[in-house]
Amino acid sequence: MTFPIKNVALFAIMAGLLVYTGMTESWNTALGLFNMCLISAIMALGVNLQWGYAGLFNVGVMGFVALGGLAAVLISHAPVTEAWSEGGLGVIVALLTGAATIVLATLIMRRKPHSRTRTLALLAVLVGGFFLFRALFDPSVLAIEKVNPAATGFLGGLGLPILMSWPVGGLLAAAAAWLIGKTALGLRSDYLAIATLGIAEIVIAVLKNEDWLTRGVKNIAGLERPVPYEVDLQNSPAFVERANNFGLDAIEASTLFVKANYSLLFAAVLIILLVMFQLALNSPWGRMLRAIRDNEVAAEAMGKDVTARHLQVFILGSAICGLAGAMMTTLDGQLIPGTYQPLRFTFLVWVMVIVGGSGNNIGAILGGFLIWYLWIQVEPLGHWLMGIVTSGMAEGSALKDHLLQSAAHMRLLTMGLVLLLVLRFSPRGLIPEE
Amino acid sequence: MIDFLNAIVALSNFVIVPAIAYGSQLALGALGVTLIYGILRFSNFAHGDTMASGAMFTIFVTWWMQSAGINLGPLPTALLALPFGILGCMILVLFTDRFVYRFYRAQKAKPVILVIVSMGVMFIMNGLVRFAIGPGEQRFSDGERFIINAREFKELTGLREGLAIKTSQGITVITAVIVVALLFWFLNRTRTGKSMRAYSDNEDLALLSGINPERVVMYTWLLVAALATTAGVLYGLDKSFKPFTYFQLLLPIFASAIVGGLGNPIGAIAGGFVIAFSEITITYAWKKVLIYLMPEQLEPSGLVQLLSTDYKFAVSFVILLIVLLFKPTGLFSGKTV
Repeated sequence: MTFPIKNVALFAIMAGLLVYTGMTESWNTALGLFNMCLISAIMALGVNLQWGYAGLFNVGVMGFVALGGLAAVLISHAPVTEAWSEGGLGVIVALLTGAATIVLATLIMRRKPHSRTRTLALLAVLVGGFFLFRALFDPSVLAIEKVNPAATGFLGGLGLPILMSWPVGGLLAAAAAWLIGKTALGLRSDYLAIATLGIAEIVIAVLKNEDWLTRGVKNIAGLERPVPYEVDLQNSPAFVERANNFGLDAIEASTLFVKANYSLLFAAVLIILLVMFQLALNSPWGRMLRAIRDNEVAAEAMGKDVTARHLQVFILGSAICGLAGAMMTTLDGQLIPGTYQPLRFTFLVWVMVIVGGSGNNIGAILGGFLIWYLWIQVEPLGHWLMGIVTSGMAEGSALKDHLLQSAAHMRLLTMGLVLLLVLRFSPRGLIPEE
Repeated sequence: MIDFLNAIVALSNFVIVPAIAYGSQLALGALGVTLIYGILRFSNFAHGDTMASGAMFTIFVTWWMQSAGINLGPLPTALLALPFGILGCMILVLFTDRFVYRFYRAQKAKPVILVIVSMGVMFIMNGLVRFAIGPGEQRFSDGERFIINAREFKELTGLREGLAIKTSQGITVITAVIVVALLFWFLNRTRTGKSMRAYSDNEDLALLSGINPERVVMYTWLLVAALATTAGVLYGLDKSFKPFTYFQLLLPIFASAIVGGLGNPIGAIAGGFVIAFSEITITYAWKKVLIYLMPEQLEPSGLVQLLSTDYKFAVSFVILLIVLLFKPTGLFSGKTV
């Protein structure tokens, strides 16, 4: 890995932007931005692996990120014992029945020759299995959701440390990716795009509607933290004394300290991933991937299993998005299914990868930082701009009010513009592939 | 016998009529997607937002007409405003093509690059629509609400179940039939339409016989603008206009186009109805119909709803997967790139 002066300069500018925010707004804002920049960079790494190194078009990033968030809840939330005793077993039996139905149907498909009896048997298994599943599932779910609906009304999680949810989030996302990859890879590239778009919407629909699993739109707040709480720090005399030595008051110092802890955790993950990626991509495996991307036919002629490699990369990249999703939910401390928006979680990550430089991990990281920074900072900029544009207009005129209100939508416009400009004038991104 | 009629009426009221209307809207949307795919050879992710833009132009003209006292009596004013909305949308897409897509066409960029470019266009259109009309829900329908409402139908027939047909549903179907007839007449009978089909079938051969590609592309965009605006306005009249729902329509629309066979106009229409009927039958609570058909002791206790309405995206997705698994080129074989 080499660091040309240009790359160092670009990262220096990025650091400068964050420091500038720290000095003009507050260091809390800057650190908060930095944390989300780190998470965005990890998502961008995942998408870059799929797009930049294998040419796979995944527009379901949101779904994988949300699965990571689900993992954070399932691992760290304390189990709701009453709900478990009411309907936990029923739900598990029902889910197993559902899975068994699908396995049985697949077996019939695979083992039996094509005939009318097979089709009928298949239909009977699927329809019968579905009604059996619903008959087992519905009463248990009702029972679970009746348990103290204002506070719980769901099964809860395993009550394990939340850090464990990070790899689990990756695994959940990987499983979903395997399912899609198995069906849509090997077909045309557009099909994969539509399939991923679909699975993302379904994951969000499940999170919003399966109250027994995630409390749905009632949200889950107050997840456990891997770092200390501000209040505890403020009550600890040792911490207050140290803060005073730095010339900070205890409240500000505690919030900064917590955010800095998160930064360290996230940065560690990012660095580990980056090193692993660089090693893997400079190995024979990485060269094979690039060869497949650049000329599938030639690679196939050399005996490389293109579809298998694509599936591998698709699963890996999605797992990284899931990991990032679990990290984000850990940072937020809550899961709010309604906040998962495709423009924000799928397409924005794509802008990061394209702007940063597809096929270059350093570029993807830079893209993650820069685009997240812009995404957040464009809104105040829009308000400021609109303030100037409308300054000459009469107070209280309808147009002025409308323009001032609409400033918030400037960010979508800006992102689109940035994407189109980069694609047009610098299609290889800020830090192109080496 | 009466029970059977009641069941039929209930079924029509809650499943068949809404599904025909929704299917027509999807078909119009899928036709736009499939035309772009056939001629320009990429999946246009900005299509949902093109629909939203066209609908937005129409809504502005409708509001202006309503304030000026122009109306169509029992029909919604939006129909009168539709041509202006189409015009606005045509200008918008031609502008986009000139300043965005043309550059990549000249470069012979790979289709997937064009898809990413269309993502950028999607962001911008989405931003513009939210900027101009706001992210909230807008109502712009007026005129009579029903062609026939449930009470009148009950009085007319003496059945227990009522059948209501909304004006918007009737207009949707009639407009869709007219638009599709015009489109097929254009594609099959006119010189430009024939050159478009030739270009779609075999680009090199078409170029060789002197077809001007830029002209073909321009006409494609004009058709797409007309189809997208009509679909957007009809959907908005039937349900309501909200920028985000138009973005979400992208999935069922693409599913319709792919299920029918991408690049095949007849397939797009068939796909639209397949998706619409499956979405509505699977998320409908069948209890009301079954009560009439089943003997009393077998009457269902639950709602007999296979999936809750929130999973309607899952339905289009599963149908899409099934078709991809067993017939990757769609029901009516489309083209592959």
